[in-house]
Amino acid sequence: MAARHKSVETKYMEDRDAVLRGLRGLDRRTFLKVLAATTGAVMAKSLMPPHSFQLVEVANAAPDKTASAAGMAGAPPFTFAYISDTHLYERTLNQRFVRGAVKAVDDVNALDPQPDFVLFGGDLAQLGRHEELDLGRQILGEVKAPVKMMVGEHDWFYDMGDAWQEMFGPPNYSFDWKGVHVVVLMSVHEKDFWTARKMTPLERMHTVAGLDNGIQSRFEVGDDERKWLSADLANVPHTTPLLVFSHSPLYKYYRNWNFWTDDAEQVQAILKPYRHVTVIHGHTHQMLYNQIGNISFYGMLSTAWPWPYAPTGLPPLTVQMNRADPFDQFDGLGDGRINLRADGLADKIYSLWDRNPVTVKADYLVSHGKIARPPAPQFASY
Amino acid sequence: MTRRSIALATAAGCAAIFAAVAHAPRLRAQQAPPLPVHQVPDAKNGGTVVMLCDGKTSVEVKGLKPGESMTHAQAVEVTRELMVQWQREHPDEKWQMAQAGQSSQTVPAPPAGPSASLAAGAIVIGVKPQPKGTQQGDTYASFTDRDYKVWKNETDNFVAEGKRIFHDSKELGGTIGVSCDMCHPDGSNTHPETYPKYQVQLQRVALLRDMIDWCIENPVKGKALDPNDPKLRALEAYILAQRKGVPLAYGKH
Repeated sequence: MAARHKSVETKYMEDRDAVLRGLRGLDRRTFLKVLAATTGAVMAKSLMPPHSFQLVEVANAAPDKTASAAGMAGAPPFTFAYISDTHLYERTLNQRFVRGAVKAVDDVNALDPQPDFVLFGGDLAQLGRHEELDLGRQILGEVKAPVKMMVGEHDWFYDMGDAWQEMFGPPNYSFDWKGVHVVVLMSVHEKDFWTARKMTPLERMHTVAGLDNGIQSRFEVGDDERKWLSADLANVPHTTPLLVFSHSPLYKYYRNWNFWTDDAEQVQAILKPYRHVTVIHGHTHQMLYNQIGNISFYGMLSTAWPWPYAPTGLPPLTVQMNRADPFDQFDGLGDGRINLRADGLADKIYSLWDRNPVTVKADYLVSHGKIARPPAPQFASY
Repeated sequence: MTRRSIALATAAGCAAIFAAVAHAPRLRAQQAPPLPVHQVPDAKNGGTVVMLCDGKTSVEVKGLKPGESMTHAQAVEVTRELMVQWQREHPDEKWQMAQAGQSSQTVPAPPAGPSASLAAGAIVIGVKPQPKGTQQGDTYASFTDRDYKVWKNETDNFVAEGKRIFHDSKELGGTIGVSCDMCHPDGSNTHPETYPKYQVQLQRVALLRDMIDWCIENPVKGKALDPNDPKLRALEAYILAQRKGVPLAYGKH
């Protein structure tokens, strides 16, 4: 097919590459101007569907100012950024996912002011191999702000977390940051499905890596870690805002794809006494948010590929993002920021690549959708 | 004394005599009496003799050395030949297919696999009783429940093969470890019911297979499959099967 039909995406990328090849020496500001100009030129030739090309770098130049202007009443105690679900293979095998991860690192390094820290949301590797994790460590090593690591199932089930822990330390930990208590969980434990089936480590990893592979168990935080969480929170006053990071959503969205944590209700019960709790999770590769009682949930974007919305179970508060354009590698992907407000609530900015960023305000979630509803998609899921 | 009781008695004797060897007698006692073995005549022309389950009818497969497997085509031919021979020797007997859910039939179905048996053409299909008040039977009316089961089985196998390929980067000819399921778990977001439609990025009307090929060439980084490639056909089958019951909406964006 390629010989006869060159896709618009390919034509566009070729045009764009030709224009940009000579411009690498420019400073960033000038570079962005040129990039915006080339985008205009390409759109004038009607090569791209108009909805699919919005330079996030250009859009990003403004929001810091608007965010601080809007938040003057209660200046945000801090902002952190995230990068998640890079799913890196070895460098020699796959450049596509490397490009996504590097692009996200460029994004967060370009933030001005810089975030307090950058959360990595898990699934650094695709198949948990040492080489993959090491490549991820090198790429994240370029991040200027401090990086807080979280583990995902793709990092874990080849060697049950050995390489990851050797590189990044314990998978669950907590720290205090500017009056907020931050907890990082390892939420993707699975009950043993592999021993009885006599699986090799790689077979086990491939099984877990298959989202629709029903052989695997459901994710869980597990008894031990829930005990650890209770003990960790024992001396944290209930008025302290909590920020919890988990790879899987700490609620039940869609069981067949492990968009799910089996002991979610038990974890939620531990978090219930706190006035404001924000859970930031990876794994679902889509704009996704939810409110259960006192807990606001935000899903993170991936840098590797977007997942479709599951056929059932989508939280009613989630406004779907526009369908991703498969012809654009970066569409539906991105990174983002979270503004921790003085009142202990958190606003989330989805920095979608090739699209305008979308801000989801905590007011939308805690009001159960009564105010500040994010814009509706033009093209929802099929 | 039956063969089994001899074995048991022998085992008891062993246990008494060799009490120190704890496991050996138990192993003997667990052994079932051997099943009758058909005596297959020697090959006359250097091939391999294959025998029917009656223990009498046999043919020699020329050129097939001991330990070698027949091709599917050879196997079909051999089973056909065996049934023809059996029918020649039993002109008054008629095979009748066992129908699912009808235990009253006394003549069992032949043990060979459904594909081989059908291909052999040696089976007189049981005539489906015609319900009162319906039209006289034609081609479709003569099919039995067993036929439907065979067809469903064949179709499901085809779909399962598509599912396997869909989930396997190497089978897709991918070079960067990417397989279809990574973006389309359970075939989701493939919306086969919306094709054919004008695919703006390709600037032409596309069929589902065009999009499958596009994905194989681009995100998967493999080579586009020929429309008649069994893999492409199986992938189409899997994707369509995942959307069973969704109304057709060709041209939908």
